[in-house]
Amino acid sequence: MTWRPVLARHVMLRRDPVRDTDLLLMPERVVVLRGHAGSVVRLCDGRREVPEIVAALAERFPGAPVADEVPRFLSALHEEGWLR
Amino acid sequence: MTATVDPPWALLAELTHGCPLRCAYCSNPVELISRSRELTAEQWTDVFRQAADLGVVQTHLSGGEPLLRRDLARIVAAADTAGLYTQLVTSGVGLHERRLAELLEAGLRCVQLSVQHTDPQAAELIAGARVFSAKERAARLVRAAGLPLGLNVVLHRADIDAVDDLITLALAWGADRIELAHTQYYGWAARNRTALLPTRDQVERARVTVRRRREQLTGSLELVWVAPDLLDATAKPCMGGWGAVSLTVAPDGTALPCPSAATLPALDAPNVRAHRLDWIWRESKAFNAYRGETWMPDPCRGCALRTTDFGGCRCQAYALTGDASRTDPACRHAPDHHLVRALVDEAPLRNSAYAYREGGT
Repeated sequence: MTWRPVLARHVMLRRDPVRDTDLLLMPERVVVLRGHAGSVVRLCDGRREVPEIVAALAERFPGAPVADEVPRFLSALHEEGWLR
Repeated sequence: MTATVDPPWALLAELTHGCPLRCAYCSNPVELISRSRELTAEQWTDVFRQAADLGVVQTHLSGGEPLLRRDLARIVAAADTAGLYTQLVTSGVGLHERRLAELLEAGLRCVQLSVQHTDPQAAELIAGARVFSAKERAARLVRAAGLPLGLNVVLHRADIDAVDDLITLALAWGADRIELAHTQYYGWAARNRTALLPTRDQVERARVTVRRRREQLTGSLELVWVAPDLLDATAKPCMGGWGAVSLTVAPDGTALPCPSAATLPALDAPNVRAHRLDWIWRESKAFNAYRGETWMPDPCRGCALRTTDFGGCRCQAYALTGDASRTDPACRHAPDHHLVRALVDEAPLRNSAYAYREGGT
């Protein structure tokens, strides 16, 4: 089955203008997304497959090791239960 | 100092002190704030906006029982519109299907439900009201709505032996999380301290049970054990530090660095009716009183623990010594620790009944 990552229902992605960072909000917890992590999560809309997300990021960040790091990052979020 | 104050993450919004329960362990003040002095939904809307501007990203809508507010959905919507992640902290009493649908529509994200015991009769004795079946129904509705559900159990002598059953109950009710938190002996709970304090043996047995269950659980349920500071002789990292992580706004708009701080007589807590939240957080005397480390007495001042326990709890220091700036007597290194030892050793020897609040609402 093809995985089209999407945030779990209880998880909210939010831009924090006060701290100038992206956050994942969930019950009793706030996860600070450093660097471009927020840009990755923002592409998880339940429609894009992982290769499409990687391609979109590769275009936006040429030269960055996205093919390697992004699938690993998405799996880690999935394991935490934050992505479905 | 003002420039270096980090913004708060969370707001505990105490919408009302009214409550259909009369829990013996209630840590709200002995003198509750009357319904007529509560902030209006408009005033809360302004508080949420100010809080979001300040850096708050989560709010816990609590009380008392927030469901007693007829305008709760409006309040939830206001928090959600401000960009805050909203959690309802409830006894479950009054959480009917239509009410929950209305709150969901307003943007409610998750629910924390209090549970007194797995045995309905024991629960009734602790809560001073017959509420177990209402909780069971509330849990079912929350799960059916697909909202994350957390159970909160306040531990004391009469329920700590049921920890194993409580964890089983959390699984049966489909909870995502269960928090086993020892009683905080402030407000009304201080009156019942002798009746509530568990024995050292009880705490050890519960600790072993929690450890065993945690090993067996495979990710389905988050199990949180909040350490019993008095019995562990360890100061708790109260609120993650004074004026460091979160703030409380009481039903009448009083802003507090911690929900129990209303008990500190010299605090001169500011009110959101009179001051901007930004000023309250950064500038007010109350929020700076025990912020950072400069206020710390010996032995905290030179102690390695000060960066993890932040000197412990000011309300406890005040409750037990009459001086809020002393080292938390819960800490084994505190000059006043003998007071805590005496409480813990003597309480179980006395057979006292609970004092309940009058009436309810």
